[in-house]
Amino acid sequence: MVTLLSDNIIEIKKVNFYYGASKALTDVTMDFKKNKVTALIGPSGCGKSTLLRLLNRMNDLIDGTRVEGEVVFEDRNIYDPDVDPVEIRRRIGMVFQKPNPFPKSIFNNITYGPKLGGVKNRSELEALVEQSLKQASLWNEVKDILNQSAMMLSGGQQQRICIARALAMKPDVLLMDEPTSALDPVSTAKIEELIEELKKKYTIIIVTHNMQQAARISDYTGFFYLGKLIEYNPTEKLFTTPDVKQTEEYITGRFG
Amino acid sequence: MKWRYFKQNLFFVTVRLSAFIIALSIGAFLVYIFMNGIGAVNWDFLTLPPRDSMTKGGIMPAILGTFYLTAGAIIIALPLGVVSAIYLSEYAKQGPVIRLIRIGINCLAGVPSVVFGLFGLGLFVVFLQFGSCILSGALTLGFLILPTIIGASEEALKGVPQTFREASLGLGVSKWQTILRIVLPNALPGILTGSILGIGRAAGETAPIMFTAAAFFTAKLPTSIFDEVMALPYHVYVLATAGTHIEETRPIQYGTILVLVALVSGIDLIAIIMRSYIRKKKRW
Ligand SMILES: Nc1ncnc2c1ncn2[C@@H]1O[C@H](COP(=O)(O)OP(=O)(O)OP(=O)(O)O)[C@@H](O)[C@H]1O
Ligand SMILES: [Mg+2]
Repeated sequence: MVTLLSDNIIEIKKVNFYYGASKALTDVTMDFKKNKVTALIGPSGCGKSTLLRLLNRMNDLIDGTRVEGEVVFEDRNIYDPDVDPVEIRRRIGMVFQKPNPFPKSIFNNITYGPKLGGVKNRSELEALVEQSLKQASLWNEVKDILNQSAMMLSGGQQQRICIARALAMKPDVLLMDEPTSALDPVSTAKIEELIEELKKKYTIIIVTHNMQQAARISDYTGFFYLGKLIEYNPTEKLFTTPDVKQTEEYITGRFG
Repeated sequence: MKWRYFKQNLFFVTVRLSAFIIALSIGAFLVYIFMNGIGAVNWDFLTLPPRDSMTKGGIMPAILGTFYLTAGAIIIALPLGVVSAIYLSEYAKQGPVIRLIRIGINCLAGVPSVVFGLFGLGLFVVFLQFGSCILSGALTLGFLILPTIIGASEEALKGVPQTFREASLGLGVSKWQTILRIVLPNALPGILTGSILGIGRAAGETAPIMFTAAAFFTAKLPTSIFDEVMALPYHVYVLATAGTHIEETRPIQYGTILVLVALVSGIDLIAIIMRSYIRKKKRW
């Protein structure tokens, strides 16, 4: 049987992005594969976060930003005027660099999104909390303190709360912007393990400054420089036999 | 070297002295009011209406009137102020129009209270034909404290970390829900602080209610928001300037002031306790 469906979940087509008058992304075209981990790397200020936030329209929140080109998710350009960004953000979840749980109990952190999304049934919510926390491999650590404030947890636990909170919305894609840069090595290892596990169900796009991390956990890697996608290849290829000289210079640390 | 230490010490002494002088004058003021007023204050004073051309009896109608007017002003100004602040800091595109509105609000804060009184008289009492009553007075006082509440609410909203907003919006929660469920609850302590100042101001002002709500004397207690009331600050004003027994009623005047100060401090205290309670529950 010939399948015409591609395995791309998101396709970016010729995207330019502006903060006011300054251009942050130039002519970026790239596809994200379903149920894979894609890493975005590059020196500071090259536009990785901008690209990530472009994918769930978080950049809309900043005054004066402008997008050219298309970001296609499920056969529609998410920047079409009739697309509701709130709907998009439900399907494409996000985990931020600094853990940012709400000043609420662990339970209410997880149920906050689903409740407002219409899940009212108490037992349904409880099941959702357990499931999400298990997926974020945090259940055993917090199952007895679900009513305590999430702010009391360690940084690594807080970040996993944030992951569980995003998963509770049952998204298709999970965007992660340097999710481990504020964490210690042990917590980092836990989250990396977690990502390995999560890609069975979700598509993950992760920004990282840590080259080893990108090499360890991702299937595809995109290297950005000055707002341009310089090279995009399977991770193994990009880190062993890159096509572009600039990529090689960057991953071997000869410029940064 | 010695000289430098001397200068430094001089500076510290000056700073300490300033703080001390401020604390001392507030303390002296309170003690003075208390010493002069406490003699007049007893159960009857608090629970009975005035009699014998207000030279005897209590001030209960004025206490009640001030309570109604202040509560009314807060009920009007708090929602309006908070909603305005939400618009200004969360929704409005920052630009010349918004800047103009902000300047307007700041000007409003500087307008003398008697002007508010005349405005209230013109708009609520005469034009809208509410007459001199609780409603007109509360509306006037409400407008008076609106800039305070807007300012404090805006500050409080700005104080809520941007990361909370992003976290909520990133989950696919709408902007309105984010403000309602995340931003507003976390801004509440700050908003209450602002309201404290507003409450004190509303309870203590005389000029805005003089033409819009306050009665010279009425033994009858208000039964609706369209009734006139007595009010503590106006009562003091009347006794101290307009009566025929100014000297005779001095103790009552001090007693009334003491009650007013106690009332305002009491409201402040409740707000402060409420605020610290909420703060303890919400911490980041
Ligand atoms: N809110 C903003 N307003 C204006 N310019 C911005 C804004 N955010 C980012 N930029 C600019 O856009 C460019 C790309 O920024 P971006 O945050 O995407 O970089 P990054 O690759 O994520 O960097 P880092 O690794 O330091 O996080 C930078 O030049 C930055 O100065
Ligand atoms: Mg970044």
